Amino acid sequence: MTAIAAPRKDRQRLHAAALTPITAERGWRAHALVIGLALIVAGGVGAYIYQLINGIGVTGLNDQVFWGLYTVDLVTFIGFSYGGAMVSAILRLTHASWRGPISRIAEGSALVTLLIGSLFPVIHLGHPERVWQMFTRFQINSPITWDMLAIVSYLLATVVLFSLPVIPDVALFQTQPELAGWRRRLYRWWAAGWVGTPEQRQHLRRALTTTAVVIIPLAVMVHTVLSYAFSLTSRPGWHSTIFGPYFVVAAVYSGVALVILATVAYRRAYRLHEQIAVKSIINLGYVMAALGVAYGYLLFTEITTEGYVGEESAEVLLFSLVLNQWAVLFWLFVLAGLAVPVLLVALPRTRTVTGVSVAAALVAGALFLKRFLMFIPPLTRPLIAGEVATYAPSWVEIAITLAAVAAIPLLLIGLFRIFPVLDVHEIEEIEDGSDRSPAPRGASA
Amino acid sequence: MPEAEGPTSPMQETSPASVFGTPQVTAVGVPRRQFLFSIGALGLGVSLGGRVLDVVLASEEVDTLARTVDPNHQWVMVFDLRRCDGCGDCIKGCQTEHHLPESAEWIKVYEMHDTQGKPYMMPVLCMECQDAPCVRVCPVQATYYRPDGVIVVDEQICIGCRMCMAACPYGARVFNWKEQTGISPDLYDDRPEFTVPQRQGTVGKCTVCVHHLEADKFPACIESCSMDAIYVGNLITDSASNGRETVILSTFLRDNDAFRFREELGTKARVYYIAGHGQDLDY
Repeated sequence: MTAIAAPRKDRQRLHAAALTPITAERGWRAHALVIGLALIVAGGVGAYIYQLINGIGVTGLNDQVFWGLYTVDLVTFIGFSYGGAMVSAILRLTHASWRGPISRIAEGSALVTLLIGSLFPVIHLGHPERVWQMFTRFQINSPITWDMLAIVSYLLATVVLFSLPVIPDVALFQTQPELAGWRRRLYRWWAAGWVGTPEQRQHLRRALTTTAVVIIPLAVMVHTVLSYAFSLTSRPGWHSTIFGPYFVVAAVYSGVALVILATVAYRRAYRLHEQIAVKSIINLGYVMAALGVAYGYLLFTEITTEGYVGEESAEVLLFSLVLNQWAVLFWLFVLAGLAVPVLLVALPRTRTVTGVSVAAALVAGALFLKRFLMFIPPLTRPLIAGEVATYAPSWVEIAITLAAVAAIPLLLIGLFRIFPVLDVHEIEEIEDGSDRSPAPRGASA
Repeated sequence: MPEAEGPTSPMQETSPASVFGTPQVTAVGVPRRQFLFSIGALGLGVSLGGRVLDVVLASEEVDTLARTVDPNHQWVMVFDLRRCDGCGDCIKGCQTEHHLPESAEWIKVYEMHDTQGKPYMMPVLCMECQDAPCVRVCPVQATYYRPDGVIVVDEQICIGCRMCMAACPYGARVFNWKEQTGISPDLYDDRPEFTVPQRQGTVGKCTVCVHHLEADKFPACIESCSMDAIYVGNLITDSASNGRETVILSTFLRDNDAFRFREELGTKARVYYIAGHGQDLDY
């Protein structure tokens, strides 16, 4: 067991590195970035106030395409959060030694994206001020009720998943002289008397294992239930048994991509090359590529089962998606969201930090597009007869969406100006090999 | 089709009260708006009404969902497509009655094609499903079954999530995207059965004009249909009327091979169609 009191030289460097986002001098570019992001977010907030005043009619939605960009945002952002939670939980349970430097960033992105994503179910309502009625007039049969229950419990679990591993780190840094007074006071409160006794370590380890075990099925549940809002209707293109797993795999796929992007960004911006090994990023790339292959398989299965039978309504929709109206976007997704990212990771030449980052950026963007293609084209098809409907998002929807995108880096920057960006405790435990002992070994040590 | 035999044979000289009123009231003879109905009718009577009630209540049509059931009224509608020429007067009548904007069609008229490619017009409104997807998915119970089987939306409660629109296989629900202006406050009404004006940010739909039915008037679409193609009926009294003639509902449906739209979805709709394509029916 390493004592907190006397860190070794490399440990000291690690400790300093974990605090660089807090302690580093900020140049004009950092300030410009934060101000720029804050302005975009403010624009989105303004757009939402405009929507509150003028009503939901300020969107481009209509009676046929009644769900649009907000629904795409909802599923995409909650999906992003899923990746962070799964990466952290699965890697912890499997004791993957390369998880150390990325787990804090993964948990942070999970928390931040879920906070943003869970706003969209409210933003899309016609009467957001009545949302409390979901509790007072509870209706257990409704998929929307399930969504609400799942998202709320998942949000709680994600807060725990982020807050618990922070404890030893804030305890370690609570006396750090270069930190501001409020931060030291916050750390002292958050540390809750942690001094790193073997008993405390064991408690924490158990709590983290429990959280990890709980959050995996919970996250699967959230995304399955989200898919039910679509698949439990009789609409062609939505009414599909594959939707549950389809949503789950898409969510982890895009979420891992986001973790890669955030990790690479912090690694570059604060020169954490020594602490965040290339191996960790490449391994995340492998995970992402495997999920990409899985998603491609689900897509293939969906199209084959619908297309081969050729039931009229499904066939018309499929034709417009793959060969006609939406074909450019669809094949763009297949190329930029599946083929290119998987190849970038698969080919040794491009299997570099840059290559994996490019792949992750493609995946994150392409999955947004894929959600659009999943929800909108089926709605544009006439349900009974008549014209194909159109949908063009209004400036309000676009402004709010851009704000949500900008809020991810902004909130991450804010989060890691408060908490250490690296899970120092976990990295040290992995180095010591003491993370693998759920049995009370530490008690006798 | 035999000359004029099909639709006329089940027709009986029944009292319009047998469609709207309780079977008991029929005998008493409460004053009615006579212009709406054919005159000199014979009521179906308490005995028939009571017998039908037993049949209806025993059938799964009503008791699949635990809810209070009105023993006197269970509304249905019948569209005789042989008579519909697709003029769209029903749409206008509905919009006038409910003070709807022109974009909101609670009853829509679709041009459909039969197997020979021959076009026919098909009005579609809320099917008043007795196993309704929309009621099931509403997270706040804002949409519900009235005891008479009509599904209504309480726009004071609706949160505007539009899940019901996703669930409805008939596209019957219309969202109120914009604030409605220019309606005199004297006309304002809060009842779920008759909300005026439609509240922005909530969903609206056909109510079979139950506010009319309760006042022994026909729904607005029927009043405005110059082709007499739309019937409103009562399962309890087993009668239906299009405002000009009254028929025995069960016989009328059986003899004319009535069908329900998208029967395979299991929604147990209460709107029936008689196939046809606007041919001239000479009664």
